[in-house]
Amino acid sequence: MTQANVASDVPAPRSRRRRTLYRGDPGMWSWVLHRITGATIFFFLFVHVLDTALVRVSPQAYNEVIDTYKTPIVGLMEVGLVAAVLYHALNGIRIILIDFWARGPKYQRLMLWIVLGVWIAVFIAALGVIGMHMAEQFL
Amino acid sequence: MSASEGRSEATRGVRAENPYDHVSERGGPAPVLQRNYDRPAALDNPRAPRRGGGMPNFEKYAWLFMRMSGVVLVFLALGHLFVMLMWQNGVYRIDFNYVAERWRSPFWQTWDLLLLWLAQLHGGNGMRTIIADYTRKDSTKFWLNTLLALSMSFTLVLGSYVLMTFDANIS
Repeated sequence: MTQANVASDVPAPRSRRRRTLYRGDPGMWSWVLHRITGATIFFFLFVHVLDTALVRVSPQAYNEVIDTYKTPIVGLMEVGLVAAVLYHALNGIRIILIDFWARGPKYQRLMLWIVLGVWIAVFIAALGVIGMHMAEQFL
Repeated sequence: MSASEGRSEATRGVRAENPYDHVSERGGPAPVLQRNYDRPAALDNPRAPRRGGGMPNFEKYAWLFMRMSGVVLVFLALGHLFVMLMWQNGVYRIDFNYVAERWRSPFWQTWDLLLLWLAQLHGGNGMRTIIADYTRKDSTKFWLNTLLALSMSFTLVLGSYVLMTFDANIS
């Protein structure tokens, strides 16, 4: 058997998807979401410290900027902020359990489904309360 | 050259050669670094002298800090969101007088100061990780880290100053 014959029996490395334990796994997407929500919260924190700092300027300046938080569009962004912080918090607890709990890695996927379940439940409750405030304000 | 010619005749000439295609179990030429940023950041230069200075085990403490501050932040940040957006009339009751009333209490002052510092350091370290992951050139990484450090110290100094010198009778 020549070397060329052997090689032709083996599929080329790029002809099929490379399979890894991690890539495309729900664990990868939980990491992507953790990163996106974290960066979003970081940028919000920067803005939020700036607007709150106006209490040191004058009551009028602070009230004026805080009124923008009471508009419908920013109201929706507040709902998004709750969604982001809630996911980041719950998945953060999952990460801590994976790192420190002996059986964490074994149950990491189950914990992800629990995180998503708790996230949906708490988010719907929060959405209901914020939605009631918004309905009272804007309808 | 000779290595790629010695490979199979079946695949030769089908597409352009990419050295990274051959890092498989099939052997082949080792990948060649084309740019300084092609080298994985996690791979230390084996013959580089040990970098002195800096806090020993800094990365380990940063890793631990993320987890410990994270546990505290779950309560501080979610509690803050609950009080500010959901409790009573939510965000629609917040104005200067509300803040003045709230910050008369050392409990909420401490809560907010702790939230400010933990969130800023936790988020700043997260951004540092993101910068380290996605920057390729050392100069990009340096300038983004500088910008990050500036914004972090600005936010921390401004926020702490406002919290600790708050005057309800201003203007």
